[in-house]
Amino acid sequence: MISVRNLSKNFGGVDAVSDISFEVSAGNTMVLLGTSGCGKTTTLKMLNRLIEPTSGEIRIDDRDVFSAKPEILRRGIGYVSQNNGLFPHFTVAENIAVVPRLLKWDRSKTEKRTTELLEQLRLPFVKYAHKYPDELSGGQKQRVSLARALVADPSLLLMDEPFGALDPITRADIRKEFLELPELKRKTILLVTHDVQEAFELGDQISLMDKGRIVQSGSAQDLIFKPANDFVSNFFSHHKLQLELSSLKIHEIWHALRDAAPDSNSTAITSNSSFWEVLELLSDHKEKVLTIKNAENDIKSVSLENIQSAYTRIKQNR
Amino acid sequence: MEQTQSLWGFMVQQSDKLWAQTLAHIGLTCISLLIAVAIGLPLGIWIADRNRAARAILGVAGVLQTIPSIALLGFMIPLLGIGAMPAIAALFMYALLPVIRNTYTGIRGVDAAVTESARAMGMNTRQVLMQIQLPLAMPVILAGVRTATVINVGVATLAAYIAAGGLGEFIFGGIALNNTNMILAGAIPAALLAIILDFLLSLIQKADFKKMRKASLVLPVLLLLFSSFYIFPNAQQKILGGFTPEFMGREDGYLGLKSKYGLNIPTVVISDAVMYKAAFEKKLDVISGYSTDGRLKAFDLITLEDDRRIFPPYYAAPLVRQDALERLPDLEGVLNLLAGQINDSVMTDLNYRVDYLKQLPEKVALDFLMERGLYKVSRQGKSGVVRLGSKIFAEQYILIQIYKMLIEGNTNMRVETKTGLGGTKICFDALNNNEIDMYPEYTGTGLLVLLKPTPAQMKQLDGSKERVFDFVQMEFEKQYRLKWLSPIGFNNAYALMMRRSQANENQIKTISDLKTFADKN
Repeated sequence: MISVRNLSKNFGGVDAVSDISFEVSAGNTMVLLGTSGCGKTTTLKMLNRLIEPTSGEIRIDDRDVFSAKPEILRRGIGYVSQNNGLFPHFTVAENIAVVPRLLKWDRSKTEKRTTELLEQLRLPFVKYAHKYPDELSGGQKQRVSLARALVADPSLLLMDEPFGALDPITRADIRKEFLELPELKRKTILLVTHDVQEAFELGDQISLMDKGRIVQSGSAQDLIFKPANDFVSNFFSHHKLQLELSSLKIHEIWHALRDAAPDSNSTAITSNSSFWEVLELLSDHKEKVLTIKNAENDIKSVSLENIQSAYTRIKQNR
Repeated sequence: MEQTQSLWGFMVQQSDKLWAQTLAHIGLTCISLLIAVAIGLPLGIWIADRNRAARAILGVAGVLQTIPSIALLGFMIPLLGIGAMPAIAALFMYALLPVIRNTYTGIRGVDAAVTESARAMGMNTRQVLMQIQLPLAMPVILAGVRTATVINVGVATLAAYIAAGGLGEFIFGGIALNNTNMILAGAIPAALLAIILDFLLSLIQKADFKKMRKASLVLPVLLLLFSSFYIFPNAQQKILGGFTPEFMGREDGYLGLKSKYGLNIPTVVISDAVMYKAAFEKKLDVISGYSTDGRLKAFDLITLEDDRRIFPPYYAAPLVRQDALERLPDLEGVLNLLAGQINDSVMTDLNYRVDYLKQLPEKVALDFLMERGLYKVSRQGKSGVVRLGSKIFAEQYILIQIYKMLIEGNTNMRVETKTGLGGTKICFDALNNNEIDMYPEYTGTGLLVLLKPTPAQMKQLDGSKERVFDFVQMEFEKQYRLKWLSPIGFNNAYALMMRRSQANENQIKTISDLKTFADKN
């Protein structure tokens, strides 16, 4: 887990980050969201001391990060950067083996772990281990970069716009892949992005930053439905409808949802899906009706009309 | 002297010297390069993340680079004397900029995202430098080393001017002696050396990333190996001769000293620009000077009597193109105004004023003409151009200035001067190719360097002033359509010189005395 208190960074008289505090509990993903220059990357880099804070306190897994040498600290924290930062003169395997070498693992252990990770990331060892980064696609590079960050199994992962350099389609694919990766589910992750969609998809908790401060911190729904001020509501206004719909899970509106006439060959989904997903499935005209099951095994059949009327009812009640 | 000797024949005949010069050349280049890399690489790394220091250091190295190489060698003499030390120091300074700048540029050019992620992985500063920055910057750094190598192979030829050896001995000897084979015997190996060293480094540079890590270790080893070729000239001699490249190759020079006197002393090759001072500072004991040189007076040197007459007379006279005399009818008369006007001691004094008192040749020429009542204010004439050339030493500069003032004061012609045309060969070719109309030449040079008479002819001339003058006048007219006008008066012959104190101490008055003295020790 991460605990940050009163963290500030001053660059030559300008406050890049001022008096930030937050906590991320173990296994959770916290997203620092904001426009460029808001101080989110500076905050991230202070956690592994790539940037030394001016003042403040950082504890990772209950240990003060300033108690050890920065390079020792960093070996225990996974790091993925926007431009992947792979070493162009190292092969894929050598790139992944950087931290194990610093930790003086023996060869066979490193190789076993590398093989395991590459398989998980759909980059077969035999085919890819001896390639150089130049020979890989953008998505492949980013996966190697992730493998490199994960190899020593750190409890904390720092990700600085990890998908920022990828095209939108690859980005969506890799994001999905990340969400499903078992290794990542156990990690405490701090992720920096300016992409609202990404923040909502990946973050258990989102901190919206502006001018070096956290403006609001909370779940996706908190930010959308209970904006703390105009800045927050303006920030999301462009995507408001979509965000509302995708942050809204079906089980949350279960009571407002009316049952439609069931259709025998309708697709079955769970109530953990978002309103947006349901809307997408229904609006591509393949399905007239969806069968949705909630946690208590109640089943409702839903058509486009009654999901729309459910939405209207919710809006009116808020 | 065989005129028909082939280049290959010359190289075979001189293979000992050629080999020694080549090794010295490689040694000079590689030692200086090694030091430059040893200092420039850490310096380049150090300034890579210090903007202000970078500007200062690159600035200083840049200024060093712009100092003309021959001047830099000159600056070195008072500090480090002559020989290998100043040459290596100067070469080192030339190699420094490319090494520092390319190291700096190379390291700065490494993607910041890559070094940051290296730090984020937990590498310390040293590991980031050794494993990431240096390997990635290596192609750029090696490009700098290549540049430095090629520069150094070229500049190292000038080391011959300050007794540090190298292929410059042949090159400058050949230029001075109008001996194409000798020039090529120095120039071709020097060019090959540059190409080969550059090629070897390009192999390292092109090696892929994996081999690069090993290849960068090969470089210092290779340099050390080559450096060891260079054997420092042994300076611990009782009597050390320092002779110009020209003197070394001449029958009326070092060759004659060996054959006619049997003089056998250790020698180094050196430029006459620094030779006198080196003798004065006891770096050299015997030098080959010119008998009218002003520095004779300045450095308290004496000339040894040529008791077996190996140095032929060198009376200076204007050497003019025949067609220029026809085109400009006033020219011959005005040039002859100086005939017989300057004797040895006057010329030595004029030279002394320029070489030692650092007066400008223009001022010395003016003073002289005023004193003799020959000066007339320039007429600013425009009725024809006379192009005057000179070799690259003070006496010729002074003579040219005198002639210029005489011509412009007494005729309506305008004078263009092309001074500092290097040695005899360059001047003579310029004259022959109609790039200049006249330059002052010496009868002995005309005889031995340009005409190259047979031994029978030489015997007949027997070092007589008049017979030599008549002979060169006749032959030049016949062979080149060039005319020797009346001699100016002084005889600027070759002479061996020593410090007055050392000569007196050992009672050396003649070259034969020197031989006896040298044999005893």
